[in-house]
Amino acid sequence: MKRVARYALLLLVLAITIGPFLWQLSTSLKGAGEDVYAPDFVPSQPTFANYAGVAEAVPVWTFALNSLLVAVVNVVANCVGASMAGYALARLEFRGRRLAALVFASGILVPFEVILISLFLVMRSFGLTDTLAAVVLPGAIGALNVLLMRNAFLALQREVEEAAVIDGANAWQRFWRIAVPSARGTILVVALFSFMFSWDDFLWPLVVLSDPDNYTLTIGLAYLQGTFFQNQRLVAAGTIIAVAPLIVLFISLQKHFFRGVGEGAIKG
Amino acid sequence: MTRWYTPWLFLLPGLAVVVTFSLAPFVNMIVLAFTDATALGGGRFTGLANFQRMLDDPKFWLALRNSSLYLACIVPPLVVLPLLIALLVQKKLPGITFFRTAFFTPVIASAVVVGLIWTWLLDSQGLVNNVLRALGWISRPVPFLTDEWLLLFSAMLVTVWKGLGYYMIIYLAALGNVPNDLHEAAQVDGAGPIRRFFAVTVPALRPTMVLVAALSAVNGFRVFSEIYLLSGGSGGPGGANTSLVMLIQQTGTGLTGNVGYASALSLVLFVITLGLLLVTLRLNRREEAL
Repeated sequence: MKRVARYALLLLVLAITIGPFLWQLSTSLKGAGEDVYAPDFVPSQPTFANYAGVAEAVPVWTFALNSLLVAVVNVVANCVGASMAGYALARLEFRGRRLAALVFASGILVPFEVILISLFLVMRSFGLTDTLAAVVLPGAIGALNVLLMRNAFLALQREVEEAAVIDGANAWQRFWRIAVPSARGTILVVALFSFMFSWDDFLWPLVVLSDPDNYTLTIGLAYLQGTFFQNQRLVAAGTIIAVAPLIVLFISLQKHFFRGVGEGAIKG
Repeated sequence: MTRWYTPWLFLLPGLAVVVTFSLAPFVNMIVLAFTDATALGGGRFTGLANFQRMLDDPKFWLALRNSSLYLACIVPPLVVLPLLIALLVQKKLPGITFFRTAFFTPVIASAVVVGLIWTWLLDSQGLVNNVLRALGWISRPVPFLTDEWLLLFSAMLVTVWKGLGYYMIIYLAALGNVPNDLHEAAQVDGAGPIRRFFAVTVPALRPTMVLVAALSAVNGFRVFSEIYLLSGGSGGPGGANTSLVMLIQQTGTGLTGNVGYASALSLVLFVITLGLLLVTLRLNRREEAL
């Protein structure tokens, strides 16, 4: 009996969290002859025509490609840059190490919205406004990721590396051959969350991009909503295109997402 | 032997990005807050003029009210509901991983996707209104997206809905650390599940609850996307639902952008978010002292 009640509650929460996504999916599959307003979850004339339709309305595949490009560069830069900096902070002895750690720690304390306007000025002085480079750069190596990597390297055993020092391995070899392979769990967390933040980001691309050819998916969708709000099937198809890759990624690597939340990979 | 500059080569890319795109703009924002700089550049030192202007600016007070109200309304449900859901998925039942995964899905979706989904659900002809009408609870559609107050509350609903899974995971991790023998002792003493929840679980989780309150408060105060999307970019009827971050974006961007004033607004935003974090740290420290 108690178990039945528990499952009933679980199903209720499931309906609340997943229902809206299913409704959007259902709307995106409804045929032109169907009443999209009627509360029918199963389309009576299912069709993929809306996915073709949204591509005719706006260059949705260009948006998706832009988003993908930004996200992939973001992932690579964060994994490489944050690992290197984190390794130096955790394992190399040098003067100024505390200062460097302080720089990254203060980076975490600056909320993005606070520097929105002056960051735009920085991009303009570099002549980068309305480019994808401007979208990538501010988050290319997150201070939080550096500290996550530092913690991961600190948790590794020192002995192996000390043996490598005796064998004459230099800092780069120790980093690349010993430290990085041992910290690959955290590197995966950094990669996942970098991808997600970059793919989902809205405010910064909205401010820095102006030419629709450079739009990422999130900006493109807001634009689509503004122009084609009357056709809910198209908007729904667009949102499904935007969310599907993340859902696939999430389902296949679900454990690492949860681990990432535990380690504080999501910005506060 | 390691050369002296080797560590700095490791640090260089990270330091360059954080200094150029985070710390330097932050310092520049503080400087600009005391100038009359515009989008075209220039700007003279004007002392506290921007802050004086703020005091007389009804848009600023409206935005501050909206962001504060947002914070005040989303924190209680985001502290309580995810904890209840975490208790629901804590037990290892068949299929529980599926439920945990499903409950987390709104977290990974972008604010834009979530905003558009709810715009469609809450539309005057949307699913929510149609179901309410079918149930006979309403005769006319509820103006979720066109009424000044309902729009703000709808945006809050979206924020809470999107945050449930994230805080659920934080609570799950914390629940795993609650010593089991405390529960058992309480059970031996004849305490029922509700008693045990308030006598054992809540005290043990108090630091986590404060953390969740802090995270959701700071996030709530920085609200932008939800209001922007539900209002179709307008910030509600006559801009009545504009949040502080929306005001910063509207003031500081574009060809006529008032960079000086927008920077002053950003500085206020920073001081308030920092204040929220300090209050939380204080609360948690007092917990530890007790």
